[in-house]
Amino acid sequence: MTALLRRELLLAFRHPADTLAAMLFFLLVTALFPFGVGPAPEALARLAPGALLAAALLAALLPLDRLFGAEAEDGSLDQLLLSGLSGFEIALAKALAHWLTTGAPLLLATPIAAAMLNLPEAAWGVAVLVLGLATLFLSLLGTAGAALTLGARRGGVLLPLLVLPLAIPAMIFGAAGIEAAAGGVAVRPFLLLLGALTAAALPLAPLAAGAALRAE
Amino acid sequence: MRRVSTPAPHPAPRPLSATPQPGTPQPGGGLHRFANPGRFLRLTDRALPWLWGAAVLVLGIGAAWALLFSPPDWQQGETVRIMYVHVPMAWLAMGGYLGLAIASLMSLIWRHPLADLAARELSPVGAMVTALCLATGSLWGRPMWGTWWAWDARMTSVLVLFFLWMGHAALVRAFDEEERGARAGAILALVGAVNLPVIKWSVDWFNTLHQSASVTRAAAPGLHVDILYPLLTCAAGFGLAFAALVLARTRAAVMERRVRQLQLAQARRHDTQRPAAGPAADLQA
Repeated sequence: MTALLRRELLLAFRHPADTLAAMLFFLLVTALFPFGVGPAPEALARLAPGALLAAALLAALLPLDRLFGAEAEDGSLDQLLLSGLSGFEIALAKALAHWLTTGAPLLLATPIAAAMLNLPEAAWGVAVLVLGLATLFLSLLGTAGAALTLGARRGGVLLPLLVLPLAIPAMIFGAAGIEAAAGGVAVRPFLLLLGALTAAALPLAPLAAGAALRAE
Repeated sequence: MRRVSTPAPHPAPRPLSATPQPGTPQPGGGLHRFANPGRFLRLTDRALPWLWGAAVLVLGIGAAWALLFSPPDWQQGETVRIMYVHVPMAWLAMGGYLGLAIASLMSLIWRHPLADLAARELSPVGAMVTALCLATGSLWGRPMWGTWWAWDARMTSVLVLFFLWMGHAALVRAFDEEERGARAGAILALVGAVNLPVIKWSVDWFNTLHQSASVTRAAAPGLHVDILYPLLTCAAGFGLAFAALVLARTRAAVMERRVRQLQLAQARRHDTQRPAAGPAADLQA
């Protein structure tokens, strides 16, 4: 499994364009908000938590529809399934690789996006933490979604339709957490809830994804 | 003694055999015999007219009782009658999803083709029922709460349920290979089942605009019998109609599949006859 993870990371490292594209997409979406609601600092700060999370989730969603696509086409997915690894392990490695190559780089861009949206500096640390957990949650769900829609017609449209409704809880608790940090209220409960969501998805989502891969 | 049911190795696309061969033991026992498509067709053929009749009858009584004879609420006035549609739709949306989850579980464990078809035909009806629940709730919320929509936990989780229904309906139909769609849909339905307890207890966990459960309250009933009885009648009527609709759809799907198999078989026969004529003609020439 670590070998698979290393292979995924190596592939991403050799083709950094995907990772960069997700980061750029994230920054561009956050940059759209000031144009939409006007550059008034208070209005932006009010909007920042939700906008940050929405942008991050959308950016993390981008590379998902190709998560298994290329490998299913050239047959290496079948090789993986025959390699003795369980579907669960393959899916978990894929999800972790997706988070490391898409979610984690977004964290680097988070302070920039937070500054563009005029989020109070006190909340930046929490924002990075929240986005890290929320994108990990989305990576896990998204792997299941990608495995389910593998080979489907209109799979690219179906995937967000399946994944985004299930990501709503992460959105709610994440945005509430950043808002609490910006307002100087206790952040812990929201982080704990978000952590609980991610912890629940950690075994369940790869299980579903593995079953879907086997069904393919 | 534990009986292990081993499904016979099916050729893809699995045939829906018309009748169980006499003498051959059916795989599994008990409830599994209802998984036989031929028996399903015969059973529903007899049951459906009765089911439709009962649905129309009960729904008619319920509608008249709810709309004409039940008293208006002392606080809400006549708008309380929206409840006679809203609440049954909400129950059906959740109960239907539970049914979908069970059918999916059966499809994943025992590979009953009938469970696949039932799940496939259940989801559009479920999506419609959930949409009606949301729409009537919105119409009711406008005069009572002063808003069409609020992002409270109950409404949000029902909205997620609606997306799950739609996602299931779309996913199942998105594959060229029907079986793959059925498997994917079954997994999605089971993943989405985590939403059911969230909906049920959302009004207790969160401090929301939506009122908490008043029908199933054990200690003191939250509804007067003048309102409760017509509500239960309406719910029974809608439930019967829902069941009849889903059974009729599943029945149509089974027959549709059979027609397609017959057409395929005919085309294959046609194919094998033509090349057979070819070499013979060559030999004669």
